[in-house]
Amino acid sequence: MKRLTPIAALTALALLATPALAQDRMTAVSFGGAYGAAQKEHMVDPFMKESGTEILFEDYSGGIAEMKAQVEAGNVQWDAVDIEVIDLERACAEGLLEVLDHTDLPAGEDGTAAADDFYPDALGSECGVGVIYWATVFAYNSETIGDAKPATIADFFDTEKFPGKRAMRKRPQVNLEWALMADGVPKDEVYTVLATEEGQQRAFDKLATIKDDLVWFDSWSQAPQLLADGGATLVQSANGRFYAAIVDEGKPFEMIWDGNVFDLDVWAILAGAPNKDAAWEFIKFATSTVPLSGMQDVAYGPTRKSSEKYVEKDVLEKLPTAHLDEGLKADPVFWADYGESLGEKYNQWLLAQ
Amino acid sequence: MAIGGRTAARRTTDVPLTHDETRTARLGLRRRQRRAFMLVVPLLVFLLLAFLAPIGSMLYRSAYNPTVANLIPGTLVALRTWDGQSVPDRDVLTAMAADLRRLALSRESGRLAAEINRTYPGASSTINAAARGLRRVDEAEIASAGADTLLGANERWSDPRFWRAIRRAGANFTADYYLTALDLERDASGAVKSRESAQIYRQLYGKTLGMALTITVLCVLLGYPLAYHMANAPARRANLMMVLVLLPFWTSLLVRTTAWIALLQTNGVMNSTLMSLGLISEPFELLYTRNATIIAMTHILLPFMILPLYSVMRGIDPSYMRAAMSLGARPLGAFARIYLPMTMPGLSAGALLVFIISVGYYITPALVGGTDGQMISNIIAFHMQQSNNWELAAALGSLLLLVIVALYWLYDRLVGASNIKLG
Repeated sequence: MKRLTPIAALTALALLATPALAQDRMTAVSFGGAYGAAQKEHMVDPFMKESGTEILFEDYSGGIAEMKAQVEAGNVQWDAVDIEVIDLERACAEGLLEVLDHTDLPAGEDGTAAADDFYPDALGSECGVGVIYWATVFAYNSETIGDAKPATIADFFDTEKFPGKRAMRKRPQVNLEWALMADGVPKDEVYTVLATEEGQQRAFDKLATIKDDLVWFDSWSQAPQLLADGGATLVQSANGRFYAAIVDEGKPFEMIWDGNVFDLDVWAILAGAPNKDAAWEFIKFATSTVPLSGMQDVAYGPTRKSSEKYVEKDVLEKLPTAHLDEGLKADPVFWADYGESLGEKYNQWLLAQ
Repeated sequence: MAIGGRTAARRTTDVPLTHDETRTARLGLRRRQRRAFMLVVPLLVFLLLAFLAPIGSMLYRSAYNPTVANLIPGTLVALRTWDGQSVPDRDVLTAMAADLRRLALSRESGRLAAEINRTYPGASSTINAAARGLRRVDEAEIASAGADTLLGANERWSDPRFWRAIRRAGANFTADYYLTALDLERDASGAVKSRESAQIYRQLYGKTLGMALTITVLCVLLGYPLAYHMANAPARRANLMMVLVLLPFWTSLLVRTTAWIALLQTNGVMNSTLMSLGLISEPFELLYTRNATIIAMTHILLPFMILPLYSVMRGIDPSYMRAAMSLGARPLGAFARIYLPMTMPGLSAGALLVFIISVGYYITPALVGGTDGQMISNIIAFHMQQSNNWELAAALGSLLLLVIVALYWLYDRLVGASNIKLG
């Protein structure tokens, strides 16, 4: 009996040590590119240094298909995931994400309670904590545009005033909202109108007026290239992509904020994630005042008001948060309802010559 | 050899084998068969696991979808007595309220919402909102007031069309995905009619087949003369040309497709060359069109046409053509009546390969096709990866399989599949 004791002690030690070891590693997944690099620099690396937790930081291309596959197969490999709010509603309602306790979030650096410090949209879902504001805008090349400069969303659809190709991402989201806004629908009525048969027709009719001038692309990264090589005159993309092209590559691009459709990204935890606790600690850190302000590197707006004093003055006006009044908040509930049916109509419209 | 064999056989029939001899012979035969079978087993297991099982499960998934039946069993039982025309009675609504509350607590209402939303756009928010509202209601209250809560929450809960969508989605086995894949739907009485909301898939199947046919014809037009020239060239030149054909074949598919992007884009090699030559003043719109898909895929699939053609042509004795001409045939006539029929095995093998590969092609249309050059496989991928409608993707894939099998059958009837020669 006595001889067994060291073995028992070792076993007990091993059992105690295993969860501790497991806590030391976790997987975080985001969109990569310049945005991923900013997250690595301001969120992932400082957290690894501070907590000793090792983070495997991976890329994905958005959408809920991969999460659904992991959760339904019972083989969850991701812990923390950066999700666009437009996908969040659906992932949350399908039980793919853990419910997060927002009251556990730390106060802002200036002492403001988390509930007041975050913009309300950032804590809008029980499954996520907002990390950035980003916006879909369009831009032109100030060297080649000529004397008249576009200023409103209606100009994007005005081929007489601004002849030339337009480039848009190949999906109904944002494009249909733009069509309605350009057609004179007030911002707060866009989604009500788009829910009706006539409203949808109206949006497609407006898009049809520029159909012959449209160039389509599949990912935001293609957009600045199209504008740079003259593939299109007016190009749609995420504001951060244009900002990176302007700042890092010195491109003479000018963004138009009128009619921007803004949205948030959130950090969320996959349901049944193996390192749930570590992931929550990471999210609490990543969405605190200073790490959030680091997202200015790619011109995405922080979701906490207390982060704004860390943002440089000349960057501040390039952030979507400075242009929320000119923009429309993307409606995740609407797109959960109509994403599929409008996607089909959109495909049909594209196929029709 | 044949004669010797026959006499030997005749001689053995005269003397019957002893019992032992038969036994050893039979054992030996069986051992050999077993050994042969063992050699094939790995391949069989691989085919079963990696090919037949996934295809089988895909076919099954396209018709069997028990998600909704498992999520709201109580409601579906209550719906059995519903006439399908009026607002369902209170039993149904109460059962639905109870089911929704349970789903809200287990956080599964979104799965129900997504399923119903496919046939009734807008259902998602109605179901999720109702489930959220019922989460804090206790069971006794649901039994007494659940029906009113639902009716008060959204007018859709009193819409018979909404309930018909729920009842249809509740069936375990359904042909609805196949109907959708053919742009059809059922009306209120259950009769099949053309789909109102969108007409996509039939058009897309037609376009895919048309593009595959164009690519096959182009491959024949480009590949046949080249293969002929190679087959009749001196060995050194033929080898060099073979390397030139094979070199792109060995290059990664992605590299070749990306090369076409560089060639075809607005200010790419093709356009800038044409413009600097003064042939055109405005750049052509080449990339992201149907033509871009056809050009790039013709280039990528050309070796599949050339290789079988070349190997068949190499085996054709040139004296046949000479004989035909010396007997007075004109060159064209000799080609059409002597040479062409003899190359048919290679031609049909190449054409069939190119056609079948291009019907299911995905990566090249996705990269250079834009919107106009998309094929059916791109829509299947869309439903797998983005809309998460795996059932519809499975139905579309099964139909594609059916189309290819039907075409193969047609080909067998017209040309004869035994005629194919790959090399």
